[in-house]
Amino acid sequence: MKRIALALFACCSIASADERRSGLLDMRPEAQAMQRDDSMNPGMLWVLDGEALWGRKPTPAAQSCADCHGDAAASMRGVAARYPAFDQASGSAIDLAGRIIQCREAHQAGPPLARESKELLALSSFVAHQSRGLPIAPPEDTGMRAVRALGQRIYNTRMGQLDLSCAQCHDDHAGRRLAGSSIPQAHPTGYPIYRLEWQGVGSLQRRLRGCMVGVRAEPFAYGSSEFIAIEAYLMERARGMALETPAIRP
Amino acid sequence: MKAARFLASLLLAMAIPAMAAAQTLQVTGDAVMQSLTGSAGDPARGRAIITDRQKGFCLLCHSGPFNEEPLQGNLAPSLEGAGSRWNEGQLRLRLMDNKRVNAESIMPAYHRIEGLNRVGATWRDRPILTAAEIEDVLAFLMGLKAEKAP
Repeated sequence: MKRIALALFACCSIASADERRSGLLDMRPEAQAMQRDDSMNPGMLWVLDGEALWGRKPTPAAQSCADCHGDAAASMRGVAARYPAFDQASGSAIDLAGRIIQCREAHQAGPPLARESKELLALSSFVAHQSRGLPIAPPEDTGMRAVRALGQRIYNTRMGQLDLSCAQCHDDHAGRRLAGSSIPQAHPTGYPIYRLEWQGVGSLQRRLRGCMVGVRAEPFAYGSSEFIAIEAYLMERARGMALETPAIRP
Repeated sequence: MKAARFLASLLLAMAIPAMAAAQTLQVTGDAVMQSLTGSAGDPARGRAIITDRQKGFCLLCHSGPFNEEPLQGNLAPSLEGAGSRWNEGQLRLRLMDNKRVNAESIMPAYHRIEGLNRVGATWRDRPILTAAEIEDVLAFLMGLKAEKAP
């Protein structure tokens, strides 16, 4: 009896260790192949744009990203896997796009970068691409712990006219079909992503807005503490999974 | 921001009793026996509401006898036989607010406006379906009888 219980426990713990899966694996084989082949992956166009921006001065008198950070392959390796991070100066969490915006304002005196602008998505894609294949590794500091707890609370809160929480679909019904689409587990492994539905690249916050509008809720603002908190919680939930930027999703 | 949120919750708190009073929901056991409009709904209109992806969007979660609709969800039981599983009053309550019967249900309350969180401006203070639409959907679903065993 004890042995059976032990064996069951072992099976269950192996199963739960393997339960998390990237949305990549839920796509049809052609879409997976498109993501895996850089010459076919449309997200690489944003990465290449970002690479060009990395080396370019936003204004003639300003410094480029490369002037301070050098070769991104070395300096940005693993950075996206650790965001959102705690920003000591402001005493709040900051996402990767927010950090790029901050850098542009504080150190480059360039024109501000708007959320979801082509430029910001290109730079975010380029920086995140330097972590492709690395495990997601959120920072352990206490500041982030509180942020993640808030993110988890929002994730579990019913909202909108349809009165649904993120968890009710993406935890309780992942893998089931919502009309024709399979519900993903919502692991943010490949952002910014090239979404076929968008015919373009977008951030995780754009994706979250999509779900909020879907349940007829008032979406949070881009760069808001709520969105950054959800992002921090989702990254913790995906800890150890490999980054895929630029990922393709339906 | 904080002040705005406080004001919003204050307004909400004041609004709830008014709404509750406006909506006299007569629940008997697990049923609402009276038609919300005082008359029977139109099953053909009800069927159209069920398959409309902006109106009833029932097929996002449910499947049912709608051969022209290839993309049907599987988050919830089939609508097939709904008219045999429940009587009209029970089904009316489940359409209006299924969480009264099952608090954990993922089914939206189609005819309730209070007790919701962060409803988008476009949708605020109006139910998903009107009283007449509830009666139409109900009329169609009551016609979905389970096939009798031979």
